[in-house]
Amino acid sequence: MTMALIIQYCLAGITVGSIYAIVAIGFNIIYNTTGIVNFAQGEFLIVGAMIAVSLCAMMPLPLAIALAVLITMAIGGLLELIFIRRVRDAGVLRLIIITIGISILMREAMLHIWDEKVRALPYFTGNDASTIGFLGASLSPQVLWVLGVCGVIVAGLTLFFRYTLVGRAMRACADDRMAARLCGINERWMVTLSFMLSAGIGALAGCVTSPLTQTQYDMGAPLAIKGFTVAILGGLGNSMAAVAAGLLLGLLEVLTMSQFPAAYKEAVSILVLLLILVVRPTGLFARGDAAGLRAF
Amino acid sequence: MAGVLALSLVLACGGCEKKQSEKTPGAGAEPIRVGAIFSVTGPASFLGMPEKKTAEMMVEKINAAGGINGHKIELFVMDSAGKPETALSLAKQLIEEKKVLAILGPSTSGETMAIKDTCEKGKTILLSCAAAETIVNPLAAYVFKTPQKDSDAARWIFKTMKDKGITRVGVITSNDGFGMAGKDQLAKIAPDYGITIAISEVYDKQETDLTGVLTKLKGQDIKAVINWSIVPAQSLAAKSMKQIGLDVPLFQSHGYGNIKYVQAGGEAANGTIFPAGRLLVADALPSDHPQKKLLVEYKKDYEATHKEDVSTFGGHAYDALLLLTEGIKKAGSTDAAKVREAIENLKGVVGTAGIFNMSPTDHNGLGMEAFEMLIVKDGKFALYK
Repeated sequence: MTMALIIQYCLAGITVGSIYAIVAIGFNIIYNTTGIVNFAQGEFLIVGAMIAVSLCAMMPLPLAIALAVLITMAIGGLLELIFIRRVRDAGVLRLIIITIGISILMREAMLHIWDEKVRALPYFTGNDASTIGFLGASLSPQVLWVLGVCGVIVAGLTLFFRYTLVGRAMRACADDRMAARLCGINERWMVTLSFMLSAGIGALAGCVTSPLTQTQYDMGAPLAIKGFTVAILGGLGNSMAAVAAGLLLGLLEVLTMSQFPAAYKEAVSILVLLLILVVRPTGLFARGDAAGLRAF
Repeated sequence: MAGVLALSLVLACGGCEKKQSEKTPGAGAEPIRVGAIFSVTGPASFLGMPEKKTAEMMVEKINAAGGINGHKIELFVMDSAGKPETALSLAKQLIEEKKVLAILGPSTSGETMAIKDTCEKGKTILLSCAAAETIVNPLAAYVFKTPQKDSDAARWIFKTMKDKGITRVGVITSNDGFGMAGKDQLAKIAPDYGITIAISEVYDKQETDLTGVLTKLKGQDIKAVINWSIVPAQSLAAKSMKQIGLDVPLFQSHGYGNIKYVQAGGEAANGTIFPAGRLLVADALPSDHPQKKLLVEYKKDYEATHKEDVSTFGGHAYDALLLLTEGIKKAGSTDAAKVREAIENLKGVVGTAGIFNMSPTDHNGLGMEAFEMLIVKDGKFALYK
């Protein structure tokens, strides 16, 4: 194997890993405030991308994406108000099953609104055939966009949760809901807000990956499964770790592919998930003593 | 009470049936029941949707013209979402409950193979719109298929490569029925044209990233890539090759015959070479070509009715319905066994995929000449020369 080819493999790993990472980040916020895994996260991605594709015909791309993110946030908040808030004795399992229901509902709604065809947003820079050369290997500029947006989201979330009142209130709810309520924080609205944030991040992820993966109404589930694997691998609730775990899984898959038939790569990622759950259920990057606390 | 109600329902229903048959002229003019199983949604929806639209459009046209031998067609379209297990339960439902004479579709090879035996045992004519050769080989008496043979598609691809002086290629296929059948055909036929398949890889039918697998191909010093699939990843193949700097020609299978794949591939799709029926280049055919009139007419009808570009897949449904109507006309009956025998002996039927010459040993009836090599030029299909 030549050096250029090894680098090319790494770039391929980063390409797919960056997609996993950006999907995984969205899982963390809802998990942090409610303790549930939102299985409709994949659908938020697709809804966001679909709305952006539709709006893109009428306005410039950045505006279309911004509007798509806002609309998807509204949808996320609305879904929480309708389906999650009204549940009595909301156990974790019950809520998770409700999110699965929401994902099916959204998928069917998208099929009716946008039909079954595959769409894609245009590339943010260049076109389908553009590449950036790197030591004899090359990758699409869109991958840099995905990584860049990942970085911005992680940095933005960190700042939001550390330094804003609302962000700190959300963290308080995550740590101790009763104590937060005693301090006068309306924890119901914090949950709604977490759904809106997750939906918004999902929509942004959907838009920025759309040129690479294409967008079809039923693509959310497979993407969400990978994102979920990565979120677990990094340690649920930790956005920075999700990005690292995403890139790691991407590289691992591609390296497996380089040595074994490509069809085995799915087996590898599932095997990794099982191993992590058995050996280190808190995830790769979580410290043992911190595992009890859900930190952002 | 319930009994009385049921009885009155039966009576009421008997009443309407009588009324209906009084309206339609001619003796015994009850409708011919035809089922259709298409992947209207799911990963193969690029196939199933145009097939559904075509079948419904054609049935409407046939019924408006008075039906076949005075019988109107009653069409039941089912959506299998590309899942073989769904196709199987739909086939059972069509055969046992709806008692259909024939089933059009399914859209994909995996689904067709799943229902092949059921149709054979249920003595229901199956006119598949899927391409894999295993559908009609080994032969089943009631099973036919309308797309061209995948072995012929492979021969065209290799022949074109040979003319271009390419001898070493890499193959990627999707892990569904069509892809797996293609992988086998390619491996079998490559030596006949002196071509070495250096590497052959399989990817998931819902794959959203092909850069990894194509990197593996890049490491094998290949001079061309063949992608054999019917899923949206076809568009990704062209993009990913450009993105990782794999600058060799891309050949696709006859599963690429929908302009939407080209549009989804954007700039990167230009230069893609693939075998297809003549429907996509109908306007460029010489006016004395036997298929020209039919192709242009179907294309015009479809595009006027549905406001979207015609694809070869809709054509497969057109051909399936065409073979069925020709068979019924020839048999002069709606008895499944007689119609089956009539279809088996149809000769020189001009369809969208080619000119069908059926025989008791060939339930496809199309030869090498049914294909034309096409190339994508400026985002459009053009004849490859």
